[in-house]
Amino acid sequence: MKIGVVTFPGSLDDVDAARAVGLGGQEAVALWHGDHDLKGVDAVVLPGGFSYGDYLRCGAISRFSPVMTEVIEAARKGMPVLGICNGFQILCESHLLPGALIRNDHRRFICRDQRLRIENDRTAWTSAYTAGQEITLVLKNGEGGYVADEPTLDRLEGEGQVVARYLDLNPNGSARDIAGVSNERGNVVGLMPHPEHSVEELTGSGTDGLGFFTSLVESAFA
Amino acid sequence: MLDTVAVAAEDPSREQPWADLGLKADEYARIREILGRRPTSSELAMYSVMWSEHCSYKSSKVHLKQFGELPQETPVGKMLAGIGENAGVIDVGQGYAVTFKVESHNHPSYVEPYQGAATGIGGIVRDILAMGARPVAVMDPLRFGPLDAPDTHRVLPGIVAGVGGYGNCLGLPNIGGEAVFDETYLGNPLVNALCVGVLKHEDLHLAKASGVGNQVILYGARTGGDGIGGVSVLASETFDADGPAKRPSVQVGDPFMEKLLIECTLEIFAAGLVAGIQDLGGAGLSCATSELASAGDGGMHVELDRVPLRDSTLAPEEILMSESQERMMAVVEPDDVAAFMAICAKWDVEAVVVGEVTDTGRLEIDWHGERVVDVPPRSVAHDGPTYQRPFARPDWQDALQADAAESLPRPADASELRETVLRLVASPNLCDKSWITDQYDRYVRGNTVLSQPADSGMIRIDEDTNLGVSVSTDCNGRYAKLDPYAGAQLALAESYRNVATGGATPLAVSDCLNFGSPEDPSVMWQFAEACRGLKDACLELGVPVTGGNVSLYNQTGETAILPTPVVAVLGVIEDVTRRTPSSWSAAGETVVLLGETREELSGSEWAHVVHGHLGGRPPALSLEGEKALAALLHEAVGLISSAHDLSDGGLAQALIEASLPSMTGASVSLAGVHEDPFVALFSESTGRVLVTVPESEVGRLTDLAARHGVPAAQLGTTGGDSVDLQGLFDLPLLEVRSTWMATLPAALG
Repeated sequence: MKIGVVTFPGSLDDVDAARAVGLGGQEAVALWHGDHDLKGVDAVVLPGGFSYGDYLRCGAISRFSPVMTEVIEAARKGMPVLGICNGFQILCESHLLPGALIRNDHRRFICRDQRLRIENDRTAWTSAYTAGQEITLVLKNGEGGYVADEPTLDRLEGEGQVVARYLDLNPNGSARDIAGVSNERGNVVGLMPHPEHSVEELTGSGTDGLGFFTSLVESAFA
Repeated sequence: MLDTVAVAAEDPSREQPWADLGLKADEYARIREILGRRPTSSELAMYSVMWSEHCSYKSSKVHLKQFGELPQETPVGKMLAGIGENAGVIDVGQGYAVTFKVESHNHPSYVEPYQGAATGIGGIVRDILAMGARPVAVMDPLRFGPLDAPDTHRVLPGIVAGVGGYGNCLGLPNIGGEAVFDETYLGNPLVNALCVGVLKHEDLHLAKASGVGNQVILYGARTGGDGIGGVSVLASETFDADGPAKRPSVQVGDPFMEKLLIECTLEIFAAGLVAGIQDLGGAGLSCATSELASAGDGGMHVELDRVPLRDSTLAPEEILMSESQERMMAVVEPDDVAAFMAICAKWDVEAVVVGEVTDTGRLEIDWHGERVVDVPPRSVAHDGPTYQRPFARPDWQDALQADAAESLPRPADASELRETVLRLVASPNLCDKSWITDQYDRYVRGNTVLSQPADSGMIRIDEDTNLGVSVSTDCNGRYAKLDPYAGAQLALAESYRNVATGGATPLAVSDCLNFGSPEDPSVMWQFAEACRGLKDACLELGVPVTGGNVSLYNQTGETAILPTPVVAVLGVIEDVTRRTPSSWSAAGETVVLLGETREELSGSEWAHVVHGHLGGRPPALSLEGEKALAALLHEAVGLISSAHDLSDGGLAQALIEASLPSMTGASVSLAGVHEDPFVALFSESTGRVLVTVPESEVGRLTDLAARHGVPAAQLGTTGGDSVDLQGLFDLPLLEVRSTWMATLPAALG
């Protein structure tokens, strides 16, 4: 499978995401923000970083980039899209996912090894996990507080669109401890923690993040 | 009216504001002598910033010279670039080279903590980039006033947010550093920033403008009015309570632009489009043009009105002095200019040809067709004044050294001893620093093998071979106050040891020498002694000084900071998967203390915290012993399962730091350490490392230690949920952890 990793101006974790795709056994394909071209990939990762410096509002400028036109169209047709951190913010700004991400409630950037519970193992990106499974991923964000209005939050809970939830402590003030959500169809997932940093024992917080990069194959053969 | 070269010749006696620009009368006279006329206002601006203390090292260079006398090679190979370049470059094998440097941004960070610290990171990263390297990690040694002082609450959160805000946005992992609190840093916080970069040997680039007709391109951010005179005004003057507001002199950073600049520059390097390159930092265009031209083989002609401006009202003098961030200057062959511009356009980086290399031997700068600068470039960049500042051992030094901490009252019994351990664990210098380090991304790029709270930071540089580098920065300013010669050596020894504990081989040094006013002979003596000590120790350890930075005038009124020669050591490790962790992870392993514990409490954290005392002599140092210990640790890779350096807080602190990360306790006896348990716990004797080893391998370790002549004492066994000091007291890890972690959040929110 070919998984595209988009580089926006200011993307930082694109190299990490590409490495994680490779460690997950797939081929990573570099996609450029300025091209109307998905290069025939089967899925797309929008990596973390500070695209366009997070100026104006996180993700607000990136959503208008040429490549996003293609990503939005493909996602609507069912292509799996994973947005990590800044990628999650871009997906919310693109209205592929409900809600928004705001400044952490304690107003500081936070980087820590964060425990999570996978709530939904039926999305394109989480099928390698089992619902209820507790994992530890690297978390790092300044604007990671997930917000949505109450009816939306109720709907997300009711439809199983809450993909992962923070355990032990809520690191950024997210509503209902939400760490990640999906669209109704389950092909688009946004996640504030960084599974791409948790794919090697040597360098991250363990290997609990690898499942996000092996799930596509499992779901393809399911 | 524009002050051109022609006007200067016609109107030789015009009054000029040289004194306001920080020049002394004899310096101004020398400029007139060099030029054979008065300088134009643009020339005056250039000379004043380039001859400032910060840029010219005029007070320090007579002492720094000796670092250049050290053998220009590391234990594994030659230095590829040394002192005088933007940063030193060393060979680390497999065709790779590493460049690293530590710099100060102290004064700006006091005036405007967030931007001061942020642009400190930005500046050092561009230095590394300019060598042709991809920046791969940063570290930040920080010093603050007392944790409970109101001004610390003003500067600390801003500085930490600035280091994080800029570094995180650049995508560089922050892999370590220091946070030290002492009264003398109140009003003089130290913000030092280190960056490590990696390159292949053939990618090395140097700052020079050669080849007549080559084009000079300025690219990156536009030039604005920020930071005008930052280095000459801020970093070369003592703060004065009645002084004018200096806020406008601090630069403002845009890390997003810097990230684009990094990727754009690396792509330009990869395409082979650069003949010479220089970053714009302190002294801005004055520095870049004069340094590039004087390192080249001809001259340079610049049309200053082509410089893209953020503020169209800026005068040529201001453009020359501006320290606007995120700018680089490249020298490019005419045929490569189009390709260069195309890469800049791809990254949305503005680039303009502002001049060309000439054969005149002069640096000539025009403003709308009129010549405003015509100088010999070396006279600006390198022939600045050199001061033989008077220095003298202060008359209080003997009394200070006589006032030893060994005679201070000590804990009377085991229960007081226990209380003392907990008090020290909670003290600002020894407590958990995650309030700070959690604001830094330590994971980005996916190659961080060790980071805070490990003794050193370690980065993988090749994913296939697992080649890596390790860096540590250290300095105990109290030791340096007691004896600056020994203090600088102790800083080097600790850094060297920290690199060795992780399993790496120490190779090279970069230093950031933070001191008070050079106009005070006692401060100058501290500086001279520290330089001499560092050089002697480098010679003995066989590690060269590859570059560094001096920050003087760190004082408010009469009070100078503790002399703070921060020493960074970089090491190489062939296989990062074999690194030695700095904490315990398994129960049932034998805890061994390597090195000798003597009764050495002067300058210690114990004396500082419990008695507010500073006096006596710092711990004795054996460089021979440090070398043996490092060799032993290198040979013990794979045999030992952890290694933790003993430094501030002594064995007590090391036991706690080794146990907390995985909450693995130990039961230990202090009998083999020292007859007095208090000395065993709190002495800060150097050359010591706490290691653990599987029980079955104890014999091999003790044999190895004996072979290297390093004393080894078995203390006990890991396991359990407390640090049990047999026969004395027990420290449940949950209690220790909550004590250790509470301090910074309680003070800073």
